[in-house]
Amino acid sequence: MLQSTEVFREKPPRLVTPVVQLRASEPIASREATKPCIVANYLSAFFGKTAAVKDVSISIPQNAVTAIIGPSGCGKSTLLRCFNRMHETVPDARVEGDVEILGSSIYGDGSSPIAVRRHVGMVFQRPTPFPTMSIRANVAAGLRVDAKSHATRGATSEIVEEALQRAGLWAEVKDQLDESAMALSGGQQQRLCIARALATRPRVILLDEPTASLDPLSTQKVEELVYDLRKTVTVVIVTHNMQQAARVSDGTAFLLMGELVEFASTRQLFTAPRDPRTESYITGRFG
Amino acid sequence: MARLERVERSVSVKTAGRRHFVSGAMIGVTYLCAVLATLPLLIILWHLIAKGASSISLAFFTHMPRPVGEQGGGMANAIVGTLILIGVASAIGLPVGIGAGLYLAEKKTTPLAQTVRFLADVLNGLPSIVMGIFAWQVLVRPIGHFSALAGGVALGAMMIPLVTRTTEEMLLVVPTSLREAALALGYPKWRTSISVVLRTALAGIVTGALVAVARIAGETAPLLFTALGNQFWSTSIREPIAALPLQIFTYATNAYEELHKLAWAGALVLISIVLVISLAARLATRSRFGAPVD
Amino acid sequence: MTSLPVDWLEKDRRELRVDASAFSDKLYETLTAACALAVPALVIAIALAIFAAAWPAFSKLGLSIITTSDWDVAGGHFGAAPALFGTLVSSAVALIIATPLAIGIAIFLSEFSPLWLRQPVGFLVDLLAAIPSVVYGLWGIFVLIPLLRTYVMPFLRDTLHLGATPFFTGPAYGPSMLAAGVILAIMALPYISSVSREVLMAVPRSQREAALALGATRWEMIRDAVIPYAKSGIIGGIMLGLGRALGETMAVTMVIGNRAEISASLFAPGYTMASLIANEFSEATNDLHLSALMAVGAILFVITLIINAIARWLVWSVSKGRSA
Repeated sequence: MLQSTEVFREKPPRLVTPVVQLRASEPIASREATKPCIVANYLSAFFGKTAAVKDVSISIPQNAVTAIIGPSGCGKSTLLRCFNRMHETVPDARVEGDVEILGSSIYGDGSSPIAVRRHVGMVFQRPTPFPTMSIRANVAAGLRVDAKSHATRGATSEIVEEALQRAGLWAEVKDQLDESAMALSGGQQQRLCIARALATRPRVILLDEPTASLDPLSTQKVEELVYDLRKTVTVVIVTHNMQQAARVSDGTAFLLMGELVEFASTRQLFTAPRDPRTESYITGRFG
Repeated sequence: MARLERVERSVSVKTAGRRHFVSGAMIGVTYLCAVLATLPLLIILWHLIAKGASSISLAFFTHMPRPVGEQGGGMANAIVGTLILIGVASAIGLPVGIGAGLYLAEKKTTPLAQTVRFLADVLNGLPSIVMGIFAWQVLVRPIGHFSALAGGVALGAMMIPLVTRTTEEMLLVVPTSLREAALALGYPKWRTSISVVLRTALAGIVTGALVAVARIAGETAPLLFTALGNQFWSTSIREPIAALPLQIFTYATNAYEELHKLAWAGALVLISIVLVISLAARLATRSRFGAPVD
Repeated sequence: MTSLPVDWLEKDRRELRVDASAFSDKLYETLTAACALAVPALVIAIALAIFAAAWPAFSKLGLSIITTSDWDVAGGHFGAAPALFGTLVSSAVALIIATPLAIGIAIFLSEFSPLWLRQPVGFLVDLLAAIPSVVYGLWGIFVLIPLLRTYVMPFLRDTLHLGATPFFTGPAYGPSMLAAGVILAIMALPYISSVSREVLMAVPRSQREAALALGATRWEMIRDAVIPYAKSGIIGGIMLGLGRALGETMAVTMVIGNRAEISASLFAPGYTMASLIANEFSEATNDLHLSALMAVGAILFVITLIINAIARWLVWSVSKGRSA
């Protein structure tokens, strides 16, 4: 009779390649992939005494889409929220360690969360358009914070149009800009939120499971637009859907119980993961 | 578990037939209670319309009271007086109530918030005449004469706990994701609270404010020794002022039949306003986010 | 796309006047906290003002205010016992009438009512709370009192032979403790009913189903499984209604007859603390008179404060238990 350890002495066959469809990747030299956008150093995030993110150090490249994957509760959303200082808005939450965005420490002495959030856009899992505002007002909502640089109405209209174009929503809503944002479908509302985040021309956009509540068609539209955005913005996307990560991202980080297990190019992570835990996750042994 | 033992006992002691009869009878009793409990409202409304509708005319709203014995006359001064009192009361009650509501919705369960919430409910239950003598002690006695201001302050103090509670309720309905979205855009905290959360809940808050206004518009006791009432036309807040409920009280307890009719008319006007606002408020908060609130 | 200077954070801070928003945040917090503190401040202010004004009477007359019956302004005696008696009795009568009705309709709405009827009927009952006191009084004077005088009181006294008891004796003039009790019952009904309805609906399905599974009839399920679970909430609702009834002024003043006498009969006119204040306050001549009235107000304040606090605590502890 085989001992239980003997059953697994031989490595199980690789089931990796058929599970995900990888996009043909562009050659590395054509991107400024060398300059990091977000650098986390021994970053830990706590809710009270519990650490949701433990000593994560990661260097996220510019103008690329980086995906963060992992099972539920592994801390990927928490990690994301450390990048725009949203984690600390929860009562009893704190951050240790540091994060630099484009060279500036965002947790340094005297730095203000408000300034950080102005330059880092965020889109959440459920669409959150402001219900009392029109589509135009929603998109421009982030602009109001800094009245000085976007003073004239004309400039605002241009910015609104540009943001809606980048979000792939312009054609659908250009004739109803002054109507309520709640009249849009779920997928449109989410793209509106993306437009709202893009309106301030941030250098970084953080997406926290943006397609989790969307139908497949809207999901596809959002994924396409995320892929296009990488030309101009650094995108970090948290997703529980591995196929999505494979479709959309250039690099993927795998988080497990608050720790960064592996971070590599998407192709490598999904075809030849170095860590056995990564392999277990992506082959579906646990989820 | 003791309760279920009682059930078991009662199940075994009596015969099934008798138990079912008792059950049916008690259910019938509750139906009867339902009928009896809805009757008073309908009966009172019926009487108000029957006795008051005939005296309602344009003259009622535009004419001053006539000396006793003469035909006609209206309650113009009382209606205007009530409006002025509502204005003064709202100027106090609304800002303080909304501000307190904002505080409670944000601080949720801190000891101070819980104390404030508790005391607001207690304040709500205080007899309105106690408010009246408080306002008298503070605003009439030292000054030496009655005034609309004192009446307005008494009513405003009554508004505060009402507006606080409804504002807090409406603010709590706003999903936290909206607040987060605003923060993520770089809004400072105060801006999040006011431009996003308060703005989203505004319709509900306004409704709650209107309900509070309807409630204090009908109050008489706090006005007895503050606004006092005034048989002449007056719009000054430093003088005694007429008010609709006060006028109804004075006419109802008067000997002359003519004045009784006016009292009924005034009561009909008062209750119409109250009912319309209550119904509108109920409908508005029901279909708030697509589902009944109950 | 302009490239950001290396220290984009610092530049942004200056441009955005981010420190200014820190100031605005503080201002906002201070303002809202001040508004919130207005509530306890108001309660304290009311207590202080009334007790300060009542102090001369308390120190001079002491407990005689509520133990003696002689209210003699000229002589300086202020015994408000009839008023206290009237307040308590009228409220008791109101509760005796209103409680079964209120609980009955609460049970109806939470258990038996067809769904489409629930909202409208509940609304109609809740509307009773919106009717101004003076309108109740008006209706009381011209509709209820004649009704009582002509039909109900003779019926109770003669047809039901309740006249043999001390509670239903005497001439049936109309304005009476009974009239006050009935009006107060109608006014307290919505408060008891609304709270009871809420707590009954909050009883978990598992309780009901367990009883039915044991073979209980629907009524037995309610009596033995649902009501005991909701008991403290219902009592809280009753106390809320009691608090309202104790403090009611206008409707009671208009139908109770305003006679300062203690009588066992419900047909006799009576007095309440609230009507006492309402009737005499504006004509109070000397300082002691005024202070005595304030003292009555202070007693009323304390009684309703305690009742409302207990009611609130009972209802709150039920809803807390529900969400736990």
